[in-house]
Amino acid sequence: MKEKRNLLIGGGIVGAIAVALVMLGNPKNMGFCIACFIRDIAGGVGMHGAAIVQYVRPEVIGLVCGAFIVALIKKDFAPRGGSSPLTRFILGFGVMVGALIFLGCPLRMALRIAGGDLNAVVGLAGFIVGILVGIFFLKKGFSLGRAYKQNQLEGVAMTGINVALLVILVAFPSLLLFSESGPGSMRADMWIALLAGLVVGAIAQRTRLCMVGGLRDVVLFKDWTLVCGFIAIIVICAIGNIATGNFHLGFTQGLNEAGEVIAQPVAHTQHLWNFLGMTVVGLGSVLLGGCPLRQLILAGEGNSDSAIAVLGMFVGAAFCHNFKLASSGAGTTPNGRIACIVMLVVMLGIAAYNTKKSKA
Amino acid sequence: MAKITVDARGLSCPQPVVLTMEALKQNAEAYEILVDNQTALNNVSRFAKNAGKTVSFTESGDDYIIEVK
Repeated sequence: MKEKRNLLIGGGIVGAIAVALVMLGNPKNMGFCIACFIRDIAGGVGMHGAAIVQYVRPEVIGLVCGAFIVALIKKDFAPRGGSSPLTRFILGFGVMVGALIFLGCPLRMALRIAGGDLNAVVGLAGFIVGILVGIFFLKKGFSLGRAYKQNQLEGVAMTGINVALLVILVAFPSLLLFSESGPGSMRADMWIALLAGLVVGAIAQRTRLCMVGGLRDVVLFKDWTLVCGFIAIIVICAIGNIATGNFHLGFTQGLNEAGEVIAQPVAHTQHLWNFLGMTVVGLGSVLLGGCPLRQLILAGEGNSDSAIAVLGMFVGAAFCHNFKLASSGAGTTPNGRIACIVMLVVMLGIAAYNTKKSKA
Repeated sequence: MAKITVDARGLSCPQPVVLTMEALKQNAEAYEILVDNQTALNNVSRFAKNAGKTVSFTESGDDYIIEVK
């Protein structure tokens, strides 16, 4: 009961912060998006050349550091790793491909739903199918193997990387790339964004908030605890969006005065690919044991397997733009559609290979 | 069967709970589930309680031993 209450409160705060970040300058329905922000960071350090999505997002740095600090205080910090790291890298890569086909991680999917974007409801349907497929393998005994205790340096490395990024962002910004137009140019004040990340990182660490875990536990264990966070985010964010005039129900926002269709913010209307993109994200996230947000938090807690998954997402994001896999408001790309199917097949292969008849 | 031991150390969520769920199907008198992190401890305990079991745990070094009856 107490856990449910904490998740409702925590999710509500995350939803409210997401609304605030949009008001303060972040792209619409993108107060937080782990996939988009990791992609922006990849652009910010020159890993890809998509000029409109380059910015070292302080939110991500804050999430990792916030989780690290709270984990340290609460003695949850535990360096662990060694559970199929390279497989996790590939899964992280695939999750990013799926997310950038859909245009959002599971957290942004929730925020898009809260903004009235029905394309995200299609994405949710695909996400659930991906989770169901993942659960099928979990029930058959899927496992990426045990993780083992690691030394302190291994556990603290991901936080160190993020602190280094922050130092460069603050002290040597001329080393980095900054979008001058497009989503990457839309950003809340750096320090506010960092603070928002720290707060959400701390909340997510304490509540174990996870977009994929919530739906997974409902299906697998009939346990509604984690999904409370997911629901609270949508409800509070939707209320905030309605209050600030950012709620527009539909697959598009209707027509402007010239009779042209106004798309939903950073979204496209190709239902099949919104569905399949999130199927890839759902399946990959179940196999990884948590959504992209959760991977960042676990990385902060000292889990180097999750850190590797994050690096997989980071490289995946760069590939998505270098090889024209990422969608845009105009829709998907041929390369992206092929990559989406390939990643789905690769994930099914990984799942099948790591599924053993589990009987004691 | 008197007692079943499940070693879920090092496994990431939700595998410890899945293994617990499988074990509970065997109708033993008692179960001992080994986990190595707080999250798994909470999740396994909550699952076992929801299944109508009595749950207690002891710490053993870096691990937790969860007793389910």
